[in-house]
Amino acid sequence: MFISVASGKGGTGKTTVAINMASAAEGPVQLLDCDVEEPNCHLFLSPVIAERIPVTIETPEILLEKCTFCGKCSKACRFNAIAVVPGNAMVFPELCHGCSGCWLACPESAICIRERAVGVVEKGKAGKIDFVHGKLDVGVALSPPLIKAVKRESVMGGVTIIDAPPGASCPMVAAVNCTDFCILVTEPTPFGFHDLAIAVETVRKIGVPFGVVINRAGVRYEELYDYLGKEQIEILLEIPFERKYAESYSSGDILVNVHPELLPEFSDLISNVMKRAAESRR
Amino acid sequence: MRELVVISGKGGTGKTSIVASFAALSENAVLADCDVDAADLHLVLSPSLMEKEIFRSGFKPVVDRLLCTECGRCRELCRFSAIETPTAFNYLNCEGCGVCADNCPQKAIIMEDNACGEVFVSSTRFGIMVHAALGIAEENTGRLVTRVRKLARERAEAAGASLIIADGSPGIGCPVIASIVDSTLALVISEPTVSGIHDTMRVISLAKHFNVKAAVVINKSDINTAIAAAMKAMCRENQIPCIGEIPFDQSFTEAMIHKKSVVEYQSGGITEALKNVWNTVKEMLEEKSV
Repeated sequence: MFISVASGKGGTGKTTVAINMASAAEGPVQLLDCDVEEPNCHLFLSPVIAERIPVTIETPEILLEKCTFCGKCSKACRFNAIAVVPGNAMVFPELCHGCSGCWLACPESAICIRERAVGVVEKGKAGKIDFVHGKLDVGVALSPPLIKAVKRESVMGGVTIIDAPPGASCPMVAAVNCTDFCILVTEPTPFGFHDLAIAVETVRKIGVPFGVVINRAGVRYEELYDYLGKEQIEILLEIPFERKYAESYSSGDILVNVHPELLPEFSDLISNVMKRAAESRR
Repeated sequence: MRELVVISGKGGTGKTSIVASFAALSENAVLADCDVDAADLHLVLSPSLMEKEIFRSGFKPVVDRLLCTECGRCRELCRFSAIETPTAFNYLNCEGCGVCADNCPQKAIIMEDNACGEVFVSSTRFGIMVHAALGIAEENTGRLVTRVRKLARERAEAAGASLIIADGSPGIGCPVIASIVDSTLALVISEPTVSGIHDTMRVISLAKHFNVKAAVVINKSDINTAIAAAMKAMCRENQIPCIGEIPFDQSFTEAMIHKKSVVEYQSGGITEALKNVWNTVKEMLEEKSV
């Protein structure tokens, strides 16, 4: 069973929800941190990393001694990652998606395939939690290949919680795609609400059932609640704004461990979400 | 032309609120919202739309069912699991590479231009603003950011403005790279949390990687004074100036609810702190690049 935690706006509490849910779960649970640009779950869970798997994508290298500079590779590349001029052919690896279009197009077999590192997947244990995350190399633009590599480490059968990156474009889609249920975390502010509405449209387009967790609840920002009512979106949990929660988060504490009043809230959240995910599978 | 880009690494540290305050404090700047997949600056600046363009980028494959013999070659070659059956594409997975179309023996697939968002030029009470909206679940955020920046530069030149203030997105990936490359200064808005310090160091390495001058502001600085001190020490070690600290304050949220920038909404210590940061930013923008 796969449960993704996403948001739209950054900094609303995705990581908080993912790690506290994993910590409150009864029995074994897997946590995949798919926010590979800025992975944070490990800072709270301090997992013991047992395995590091480098992740690469295939990128062309042009053998200039074989190349006739016909330009077919450059024409085939829709990402502008190859430039050919008479006497020279250049690859811009940072633009390459690894689609294979160039080497399929080359009539001279002048392109060989090189593996280009994009990041690393790390696996380990944090207590009862099976932990996996990806770390994108600094300077690499494309995160979806690494997000997919993290997701390939998921094991079937148990509960897998996926911490997704913020936003509503390709990285978030790659993380939420093919999950059984998505928790959208928001905060009752104009920015939180506006970005939630975009995330809702995105998750609907992906076709994953979802509900909302409102973090830093306190001020009734009525527009958010009116919207959720009108769209018939379930509020799964409201986490009240308390300065002590913000302070615990800042030090890297797991809320359910230091604020026991939150433990039943997160236990209920995960069991409720697992029920909803199971219904959606039927 | 000077370009200031405000980024953060971690989301939710206060980028947009701080950009809105800079907009209010600046004179004759053009604003650019480069956080194209969760754009929020317009919620504070209430822009009036002047111009709109459709942003086309990338391609999407369309099959001619009459020509398709369902040979399965496209499915075999697709690296992105975007072809479930030869006539059913999964556009969420598709990256628009065109390998399916170029290698179809029947030439049954054509690549159509993809309209993936809109770009807007608007007027606000603080001047011209260029912003965008990415289509739902669309790609090409980096290219859309590049388009926003290009339009902002054109408008700034036409209006005789010498500064662009850009609001960036969280993370270190494609839209962030597109928003910082060649800018004058990347201002990193951080917060003193374990994730804040981690993400700030990563985004600073990104700025270094692309040779962009960076500076740090610690927002919500009193949430954890020990981590704030550690962050300042790390900035010193990395020779990145830490140019200000802004204590946690509910007026950030209240100002947003009133559709105002913090400096318009209140006139207390937070506004003073923001003004000091802004003055330092202005000085840094004028420094000769190294």
